[in-house]
Amino acid sequence: MNHGRLRFVTGFLAVPVALYLIYVIAPYAQAFYIALTDWRGVTASPAFVGLENFRRLFADDVFWTAVGHNLLLLILMPLLTVGIALFFAFLLNAGGRGGAAGVWGSKFYRVVFFFPQVLAVAVVAVLFQQVFRPDRSGMLNAPLIALGFEPVGFLSDTGVALWSILGVLVWQAVGFYVVLFSAGIASIPRDLFEAAAIDGAGGAQLFFRITLPLLWDTIQVGWVYLGIAALDVFAVVWVMTAEHGGPDHSTTVMAAEIYRTAFQYFKFGYASAMGVVLFFFTIGFAALALRLSRRERIEF
Amino acid sequence: MAEAAIPRSRALAREERRRRLGPFGVLTHLALLVWTVLVVVPIAWTFLASVKSEDEIFGDAWSLPAALRLDNWARAWDQAHIGQYMINSVVVVAFGVFGTMLFGSMAAYVLARYRFVGNRAIYLLFVSGLAFPVYLALTPLFFVVQNMGTLPVVGPFIGLNTHAGLVLVYIAYSLPFTVFFLAAFFRTLPGAVAEAAFVDGASHTRVFFQIMLPMARPGIVSVTIFNVLGQWNQYQLPLVLLNSDRSKWVLTQGIADISTAAGYDADWSALFAALSMAILPMLVVYTIFQSQIQKGLTAGALK
Repeated sequence: MNHGRLRFVTGFLAVPVALYLIYVIAPYAQAFYIALTDWRGVTASPAFVGLENFRRLFADDVFWTAVGHNLLLLILMPLLTVGIALFFAFLLNAGGRGGAAGVWGSKFYRVVFFFPQVLAVAVVAVLFQQVFRPDRSGMLNAPLIALGFEPVGFLSDTGVALWSILGVLVWQAVGFYVVLFSAGIASIPRDLFEAAAIDGAGGAQLFFRITLPLLWDTIQVGWVYLGIAALDVFAVVWVMTAEHGGPDHSTTVMAAEIYRTAFQYFKFGYASAMGVVLFFFTIGFAALALRLSRRERIEF
Repeated sequence: MAEAAIPRSRALAREERRRRLGPFGVLTHLALLVWTVLVVVPIAWTFLASVKSEDEIFGDAWSLPAALRLDNWARAWDQAHIGQYMINSVVVVAFGVFGTMLFGSMAAYVLARYRFVGNRAIYLLFVSGLAFPVYLALTPLFFVVQNMGTLPVVGPFIGLNTHAGLVLVYIAYSLPFTVFFLAAFFRTLPGAVAEAAFVDGASHTRVFFQIMLPMARPGIVSVTIFNVLGQWNQYQLPLVLLNSDRSKWVLTQGIADISTAAGYDADWSALFAALSMAILPMLVVYTIFQSQIQKGLTAGALK
């Protein structure tokens, strides 16, 4: 029995653990070492250069521009997405008073809002590239021009392009969080809303005094997910923008710089150093988010 | 007069609240409709443009097509190879998700329900993968797959620019979430049925496939949906691993490539048709399975 048990455990774990070690753990472990070498496409034997890549990285303006864009997205994307999603989730559930059923047509709204989530980011990027076209063939610029305004260079104006990226990211993410928060609101006991309403609480008070505190755990999880997604933005920028992060680096992000450095410039050591920086940003953000948002859990 | 106002019944209070909701209710639906329009219009506009002629596409964006140009769809399917890319995506995702679910559930089950030395370490090793950004691993991963291609016998099947190679990578990168989610699920299952089966002489393997796996069905369905969408929508990994063989490309690569190539080739109507073709199957599948999909994707965040 015991012998068979050990054989069973080993047999079941062998393939998944082997695959995971070969394709996930080994590359991550190697990346930290490669970051300390001068490995380029042409060098057959990369030499160990210590922290040289990181020293160069600190003086690399383009990379820090990318970091700045990631940090801007890290702050704004979760803020906007969570804010808009909370607003709609609250409306859909009539502030929780509607119980699980919600307002009339709430299921329809949820189905529509969620749909962008199932589309590939690459597909969404191409779609919005057309929506954002700079002349009257663009979905957004056509009415602007018809009304006599100057067309907006959604992707060609260096001051606007990053906001277009942010818009697309929020457009795709909101539905998921509406559904997530709706489920959370629906699980809050109705008595709480009834009691508060009888005590004379208005819509805004219900939201800030009851919905928000009781939904805090779910919001926190959403915040961490969105923050990590903001640090990992790649496909929208790479596919949608001119020069993969342009114009003039105005939309570039860390992931795009890593990919470009590794697979277009073939500077593997330098790209890995960028990857290590991204890694520490991710870990740092997750640790910080969990620390800051820790507060007493309310049982209900 | 004052006495009559004091003992108001709950029903009355509720009635009054409902009346007060009147204008609020209208504003609610107005706000909800605004976002509905924001979601639906860009997608509907794409479908409309997919049957326009080249001139109409370069004209006013809000004009209606004079005739339905269905040949755009035919050109996108054949000449832009969208048909080929879609088949490639289906093949890769089918094998990728099957492998992920098989190996993921096996590992999760053993880690959740068997005590042995190293259990905790292996579990943490899997779960730690959730926190790593994939971009850190891209360069070494490229060379790992390239080296796998030099192995004797199996090499030609699992190296760069092979679907089997991509499938193995998909499985490996889907394991952290799959193991994390399913291990939590297997832990909640009661052990009585399995114990009865052991008494009757069933083997460990048999108990897993015939008793525990069917009991874990709701969790399996959720994670399967999560993995199907995740692997279907993947762009970064095929971009690195299938780069130099166009005939192997998956749908996301194909779509992204037409949009960059369209600047020179300028078959814009085929681009819109290709986009619509990529959206349409998702729309159909989503309409049928929307509640399972919503549950499947949000289940991970609620755990």
